[in-house]
Order: sequence, then structure tokens, then C-alpha cells
Amino acid sequence: MTNPEAVREDLRGRVAALLAEHDPAATDPVTFHRARFDAGLAWVYYPQGVGGLGVDRELQPFVDALFEQAGAPGNNPELNGIGLGMAAPTILAYGTPEQRLRYLRPLWAGEEIWCQLFSEPGAGSDLAAVSTRAVRDGDDWIVNGQKVWTSVAHKAQRAILVARTDPNRSKHAGLSYFVCDMTDPGVDVRPLRQITGEAEFNEVFLTDVRIPDANRLGQEGEGWRVANTTLNNERVSIGGRPVPRESGLLGAVTRTWRNNADKHTPELHDRLLRLWVDAEAARLAGTRLRQRVAGGQPGPETSALKLSFARINQQLSGFEVELLGEEGLRYDDWTMVRPDRVDFAGREAGYRYLRAKGNSIEGGTSEIMRNIVAERVLGLPSEARGDKDIAWKDLIR
Amino acid sequence: MSEDILLLDTDVETALRAAVRSLLTERCDPAAVLTAYAGDRSLTRALWKPITTELGLAGLLIPENRGGAGGSAREAAVVLEELGRYAAPVPFLTSSVIAATVLLAGDSELIGQLATGECTAALLAPFSAATVEQIPTLTKDADGRLSGRVTSVAGALESDVLLAAVQTPAGTEVHALATAAVTAEPVVSLDMTRPLADITVDSAPGRVVVEAGAGLPALRVGLAIGAALLASEQAGIAAWCLDTTVAYLKVRRQFGRVVGGFQALKHRLADLYVELESARATARYAAGAIAAGDPDAAVATAVAAAYCGDIAVHAAEEAVQLHGGIGMTWEYPVHLYLKRAKADQIGLGSPAYHRSVLAGLIDLPLGRK
Ligand SMILES: Cc1cc2nc3c(=O)[nH]c(=O)nc-3n(C[C@H](O)[C@H](O)[C@H](O)COP(=O)(O)OP(=O)(O)OC[C@H]3O[C@@H](n4cnc5c(N)ncnc54)[C@H](O)[C@@H]3O)c2cc1C
Repeated sequence: MTNPEAVREDLRGRVAALLAEHDPAATDPVTFHRARFDAGLAWVYYPQGVGGLGVDRELQPFVDALFEQAGAPGNNPELNGIGLGMAAPTILAYGTPEQRLRYLRPLWAGEEIWCQLFSEPGAGSDLAAVSTRAVRDGDDWIVNGQKVWTSVAHKAQRAILVARTDPNRSKHAGLSYFVCDMTDPGVDVRPLRQITGEAEFNEVFLTDVRIPDANRLGQEGEGWRVANTTLNNERVSIGGRPVPRESGLLGAVTRTWRNNADKHTPELHDRLLRLWVDAEAARLAGTRLRQRVAGGQPGPETSALKLSFARINQQLSGFEVELLGEEGLRYDDWTMVRPDRVDFAGREAGYRYLRAKGNSIEGGTSEIMRNIVAERVLGLPSEARGDKDIAWKDLIR
Repeated sequence: MSEDILLLDTDVETALRAAVRSLLTERCDPAAVLTAYAGDRSLTRALWKPITTELGLAGLLIPENRGGAGGSAREAAVVLEELGRYAAPVPFLTSSVIAATVLLAGDSELIGQLATGECTAALLAPFSAATVEQIPTLTKDADGRLSGRVTSVAGALESDVLLAAVQTPAGTEVHALATAAVTAEPVVSLDMTRPLADITVDSAPGRVVVEAGAGLPALRVGLAIGAALLASEQAGIAAWCLDTTVAYLKVRRQFGRVVGGFQALKHRLADLYVELESARATARYAAGAIAAGDPDAAVATAVAAAYCGDIAVHAAEEAVQLHGGIGMTWEYPVHLYLKRAKADQIGLGSPAYHRSVLAGLIDLPLGRK
């Protein structure tokens, strides 16, 4: 079926059939989402059998909108962003048929929340430097190490984990990629309070965590390649989602502008309009990029989206605090809580300002994004690297 | 705002782009473009002829039933992007886009002549004009002869016909007058690849090509489509600047290494890439919205014009800087692009002007409504 209208018609029919069988108002969310997954209407661009129908990626918003109009329940996308945005595409790309079946359905249905055990105190931007060790023990791996900045670890049942399986090889070559069970007794999650006062992320201590070899994604030693699939998808899920015009932080700022006419000055007005234009330009660049990669895997160009998203969010949120003047001097709540998600919409301007600072750090810093664009998109030479061909165990750390 | 507007080239557009590019690669060498600064305008004639006859682009926006190619704003945008890439000194924007659009509101035979390239036209307005209020009107005497003066007119030197706004009791008419019947003084222009002229009209005969009732809207649409599509030219300028700078920094060595490997420069180029991708997206969206008759076209135009004007200048300024001394030389083409970019930033309304238009369209007023 290549005619786009015919594909849409077909999708519309499938959605209607599912809704007829499962009244969204009367069905519990998990049951509803399992049925949606089984009907191939979860992520329609995935293959059949794992929640999709193998159609064009650009059709996903169309299907999502049909379900939304019908009042279908949400599947925890705010809480399970790492699962939906990063773990799932990685499992799809590298998982065995059994792994796809085991993980994707409960992930989609919001039954299992995922977190990402990548960063470590000694491995941030230089992610390939991780020192968390996984040592083979029969059919299992025994994992020891410490992870940091782990968002939603306190809510998660599962994690994607990068660990070192061969310290004798160079740092990129000795890594493997696992699915870790966060309920394992060796997993200790401790809140890490952040700039906003709350603790959205955590430290995670892994002590003799036992992971069956069947939970390895990709080949042993291939962890870096697998992790790159995750990271590319992370950039998309941070900066590349289709968004309506004037949504997100721009929406917050324009609302504040419209409700505070007494605070307007010509100088602020011009800055507001520049920000509006920048945000719209970035939004359209995202649309264009999605049209270009429709169906395919996202490439290094997505780093460009994450760069603009971070810059614009920070400028917008800083602008909003200034616009508010006296009110901008106040903060809504410094209580240490462990939230489920980033609450840009539910909190006030000061929170947005502080939390947006993370947008140029999480998922790879803006400096690293610029390196990726310069080297992998523009083809400029990479930095001289002294650590490339040295066994990891011999590196100075 | 329509998500369905394609921001990439269709197959037809890809072919069109390739055709324009191959013609320009062959015949629009930067060294030849440079001669415009010495007042030599032979390249304009040498390029414009094949563009109109071989590629048939003069009447791109004119419907087939009026003798044109029946193309849309999308295709014109592709042409302008390529023209921008080569800083090509041809009157496509002024004649085929702006003048043609104004003429479409009337039923003069001039449209047919414009479509075939037999005749080239320009709007008698300063290149900086963004609104119809900024288009000077000529006076008409009892014999119907026109008089007045308009400065900084783009496209006039390569035109056969000028389209003038003429105030009458019934409203604003658009008249065509022969360029040969006016005095056109060439101006030493910041951008000699689109040189300006000061026009003095002294009792010249004109003929009405758009009637009084339709004159103002026709002029308004002409300026709007000009601003929307100029954004594509600006994206093309920025693309050339980035591509050329990246290529240069991949070979230029200092301190024993290729300077493009220095992170400080890589980061600036990465930022330019981000801006360029956004510029292309806004320019294509504006062209697509116009082509589709989408109600979002006005917002799309304001965004594209506000964004691309500044980005092209930024790209050209970075290109000069990152080329070092060679970027300052007359022989190296980057200055052609800086001059074109800076003039384009003012052409058809500055980014600040387009932002102020946008404020009204998106309900973000200054002060109380
Ligand atoms: C809100 C938030 C949530 C997060 N959630 C998670 C999560 O769920 N799971 C997870 O695994 N991680 C998470 N992270 C971690 C995040 O991925 C890292 O913080 C990030 O990759 C940067 O690493 P770092 O903090 O160690 O900084 P460093 O790598 O130490 O960087 C310090 C500074 O040096 C710069 N720098 C480093 N290398 C270079 C270079 N080559 N060139 C130029 N500049 C360079 C950086 O840009 C930065 O400015 C989260 C971070 C934040 C802020």
C-alpha cells in the first residue's frame, strides 16, 4: 500500500475496530494498551508482531491523534520517556525475537517503567569510559559499580545498562549492553537532590547484581554500538518530537506575556518575538528532519535539534523570569520531593528556568552535540585522542 | 499551520534544482560575478537569456493559460535558493517573482511577454520597501503622463518595463512604463550583484496594467511573495557560506594541523549548521504554504523573512572571519555573499519589521489590546 491516503484509511479502520471492541472509558488502561499493542497500533512504524504495522513513521501522530480524540488512556509517556523513547528502539534494533516479545509489550502498556544506567561519576561525556564491571558467571553476569544522574530509577522496574565486560580491550571495544532488573536485591537507589530542590534523578549502586546472559542486547563487546542507537534516539526524544506551534516553554512564556500587559516594554517585546521566531524555526527544522528520515533510524543530524531545543528552552525560561519582574524573584517550592517527571507545565517560572539548565547537559551536553554535528555531519576532523588504542585497564583515570 | 506541507524537494523540484545548478556551475563563475563591481553587467545578460529560454523560468509563476510555466512558489523557492548559492546577478526575484505577481492581478498582454522572457519588468519601489505605503506613487497629469522619482530600485537596470504605483481618485493603479522613457541612474550599491538605480520619471507615457480597485492588493501580494521567497535566496547564501567555509577549513593547516579540527571553530560551524537547517525549513515552509494557499502563509512568511535575513548575514560574517585574511580579499568570492546577504537583510522589510508583523498575526501585542 503506497498511496498515503489509502494507508490512512486503513489505519482509521483499524483504530475504529479496536475502539469498538475496547471502550476506552470502560477498559482499564493496561488491558487497553495491550490490545492496542496487539493490534499493531502502538508504534505503527514498528514491524508487525511487536506493536506495529511497518508503515511510515510520520503516520504515528495521525494514529495517536485518533486515539486521543476517542479519549483513550495514556500509557505513562511522561514517566516512561526512557522506556518509550530510548529502550524500545534499541530493543527493536538489537533484541532477539524473544527479547522483543518479553520487553516491548509491558513497556508499551506502561506496566514496566525503564531507566537508563549509563552515566557514572567517572564517565559522563566520555561514556565509553564506564567502569561498572560485568563478570561472567555461568549463564549469568555479576555486575558491580556505581551509576549517577539516573532519572526515574526510583520508579523503574527495568534499566538499560552499559557495563565493562573486557577491561583488556580498548575502552570502546570492551563494553556490553544489558537489560537490568531494578528489583534485584543488589540494586540500591538513592535520591540525588538537584538544582530545583527536588530529586528527579538518583545514584544507583550495583552490588553483585545477577543478570542472565539472555538479558544481553547485542553481542558481547558490542555495547558501544548498541548504546549509540540509544543515544541517537535519546536526542530525538529530547528534541525531535513533533510539537504543535507555540507549545512547551514557548507556550508558557506567551501565556505569561498575554496575562501581564502591565509588564511589557518594547525591548522585551522584540526579544519575545525573536524567541518566538527561533522556536518556530527549530520546530520546522524538526518537521523537515522527520520528513527526511521517515521510516529510517535517526542519524547524527538529530543532535542539531537537541542543540536548538536546549538553547531555546533556556532563553525562554530566563526571559520569563525577567518578564515577571517582582514575581520572578519568588520560587514556588523548595521541598525535596521525588517527582515522577519533569513538570514544566505544573510548576512556575523559576522552576522552569532552573530545570531547563539540564536540557543542555542531559542526554549529552551541547558541547558534545556540537562535536557530533561538526564531525559526523560536516565531516571535520576529530580531536586528537590519546586513549583510542589503549586497553581500558591501562588508561589513566 | 499545516503539518502536511512537504519541506523537502519533490522529484520535479530535485530535477529543477539540478538544472539550475548545472547552468550556474557552468556559466556563473565567481570571477565573472565580481565584474559587476566594475560596472560590467554582461554576465547578467549572459545568464538571464539561458535562464529564460533554455530553462523557461521567466514565467515560472505565471499560469500556463497566460503563457507561463504554471509553477508554484515552491519551485520559485528552489530556483532562488540556487541563485543565492551562486550570488547570481539575474532579475528573477524582481521580474519573475515580484513584477509577475503584481501583473497577474490585471489582464495586460505584458504578462505573456514576461512569461516568454521577451520582456523583463521591475516594480518601481525602493528594494527596502516592505509595505505599499513605502512605494512612492507617481503623479498623472491631464494628458495621462507620469512623473515622479523613486530611489534605490532593484531590477530596474535590467528591465524593459517598470511597474509604477499611480494615485488616482479611484484608487491606486499600476502602470507600465518603458524603462527607455525614464532616466535610470545606476547607484553604487552595497550589493552590485543586485544593483540599484534611482529613477526619475518626467512626463513619461504609461499604460494601466492593473486597475485602481485591484492595484493596492496586487502590490501588497507582490511584496509579500517577494519577502517570502527572498528567504530561500537567503538560505542559499547561507548554504554556500557554510559549505565553502567547511571545505576550506578541512584543508587549511596551521599549528601543524587542519584548523577545522579545532573545537572552537567546529562549534561555530555546528551552530551555523543548526541555523541553516532551520532557515531552510522556514523558507520551504513559507513557499509551501503559499503554494498550497494555506491560511498560515502570512505567519509562515513573517517567520521566514524574520529568520533567514539574519541567518544569511551571520553565515556570511562567519565565513569571512573563519577564512582569515583570504576572507577579506577582493579575489575570493566570500565578500560577494556578505554584500548580498546584508542587502537582502534590508530588502523587502528588515527582520525587525517582519517580527512586528508577526506580533499582530499571532496575538502577541505590545501592551494592552
Ligand atoms: C537532568 C539530568 C538527567 C539525567 N538523566 C540521566 C539518566 O537518566 N541516565 C544517565 O545515564 N545519565 C543521565 N544524566 C547524565 C548526563 O547524560 C551527563 O550529565 C552528561 O552526559 C554529561 O556528563 P557529566 O555530567 O559527567 O559532565 P562532563 O562530561 O564531566 O562534562 C563537564 C563539562 O565539560 C564539557 N566537555 C566534556 N567533554 C568535552 C569535549 N570532548 N569537548 C568539549 N567539552 C567537553 C561538557 O560539555 C561539560 O560542559 C542526566 C543528567 C541530567 C543533568
